[in-house]
Amino acid sequence: MDVILRDRRAILVFLAPALLVYTAVLLAPIVWSLVYTFYEGNVLSGFKYVGLKNFHTLIHDHAFWTALRFTLEYGALVTVFQVALGLLLALMFVFYLRRGSALVRTLVFFPVVLPTVAVAQLFAKVFAIAPQYGLVNSGLHAVHLNGWIQDWLGRGNTALLVLVLMDVWRSMGFYAVLLYAGLVDVPEEILESARLDGASGLRLVRHVVLPLLGPVLFSALIFSINGTLKVFDSVVALTNGGPGQATTPLTLYMFNNAFSYGEYGYASAVATALSILCLLITLAVFGFARRDVTR
Amino acid sequence: MACVIAFLLLIELLPIVWLVLQSFKQDSEFSLHPVWALPKGFYWENWRLAWSTGHIGTYFKNSVLATFPALFFMIVLGLAAAFSLEVMKWRGRNGVLFVFVAGLLIPLQMVLLPLFTVYFHVHLINSLWSLIITYTAFGLPLTIFLMTGYFRAVPREVLEAATLDGASIYSAFARIVLPMVSNAILTVALVQFFFIWNDLLLSLTFISDDSKRTIQTGLLNFTGQYGQVQWGPTFAAVSMTVLPTLLLYLGLNQRVMRGLTSGSLKG
Repeated sequence: MDVILRDRRAILVFLAPALLVYTAVLLAPIVWSLVYTFYEGNVLSGFKYVGLKNFHTLIHDHAFWTALRFTLEYGALVTVFQVALGLLLALMFVFYLRRGSALVRTLVFFPVVLPTVAVAQLFAKVFAIAPQYGLVNSGLHAVHLNGWIQDWLGRGNTALLVLVLMDVWRSMGFYAVLLYAGLVDVPEEILESARLDGASGLRLVRHVVLPLLGPVLFSALIFSINGTLKVFDSVVALTNGGPGQATTPLTLYMFNNAFSYGEYGYASAVATALSILCLLITLAVFGFARRDVTR
Repeated sequence: MACVIAFLLLIELLPIVWLVLQSFKQDSEFSLHPVWALPKGFYWENWRLAWSTGHIGTYFKNSVLATFPALFFMIVLGLAAAFSLEVMKWRGRNGVLFVFVAGLLIPLQMVLLPLFTVYFHVHLINSLWSLIITYTAFGLPLTIFLMTGYFRAVPREVLEAATLDGASIYSAFARIVLPMVSNAILTVALVQFFFIWNDLLLSLTFISDDSKRTIQTGLLNFTGQYGQVQWGPTFAAVSMTVLPTLLLYLGLNQRVMRGLTSGSLKG
């Protein structure tokens, strides 16, 4: 048996195709991207070596820092809301709904599987102002709150709000189901003994449930942060970075630099900066959690 | 508590219901009546327009042509690799597994431009193959990660019994092991389906020819062209893209929910 499991040729037959495709399409390009950061140009006009010029430009590029700030703002807002709302929903599923929760969970989760462009187009129409009022503006008009009617997607800060609202609407169900799975794992005996000791309601949640939920909550946060920092679909489909550059995250900034301005080198530098940002924030959250645990 | 549930139902369902209702309105209805009014009738013309003139039909076809081959390759390659990494014995297999799983952390942006350059030079830009190859490669880390987990649960005695009977490792793999994890394969395929079907960045980068666009980029283009002016067909187009994933989800919701969340938890 062992001989068969150690058969080198079989191992190669099983492993080689995947490893080849993976190395060629994923690993090699990463290295290539890093090399690009030292060059200028694109596929059509050729490449020219420029050393560290791209990084130098990056540091002094106002648009880059604006995009970075937007990425962080968006990431923080969406992460906080989708995880918090997800947690609230999950708690509701476990403590209040119990049996009916399967149906509500299915209901709350479905936006997650919808194509992002479709959802964005839907929201664009919900918040539309021209050529006719969308759902929100119509509603405001109907209750005589005409002062609030505006071009929601036409100004930077309201566009950000719509974007955040849309993404939280879409993803809170995901986190609700994710955290629900973690909550269900909390042993009933612990909850029972805590209740016998007099803990109930909010105190039960704060002092017993949340600490036990720690690891799952933590995974959810990491997953959310990584996802939101790399937002692309929602933004492109809803505002395409506009108005102007007001809602342009780093991913879109990189994309525009590559395909609108034809600067692959600079775009690669932006991509590298984004990757480092994600890594740093993930490590920071890890470090923070580790400190908490040892306390 | 009932209010909370009702409120939840409202904010989850209202947008979708509103969406589909609007798709049945004629142009005049939009300018003459408030947007929450019910449509006067079932104006299917919007749907027909979106499908043919709006090319939604073409976009669907391309999405199918890009997604299913990629799913097939990803599963086949991933299964074989996971089998060699988990069941077979050799030095360095943990290292290779790590290399594959680390791929989950790779941001698309770091890979996009070199891939574009290569595809450009081999004339694969504007071919669905550029998407199929890329989707396959990107799907490998998660597929391998999940499948190694499932393979761990396969009892070795069954495998041993098969090989004692003189079967080769290949036939043991195909005839004994695969059927045992078929349930897992379905879950993995389903999860990956949603990732690929809803991809935007890759399809936006590699395809600019309208006849080859997939659902997401196609819809983006459609609304760019007609979105502002022709609300009816736009709503129809959006409804059409929403319905397949919605139906798939309704049919397999428990599996989808479990699959999508377990993939991220373990990661």
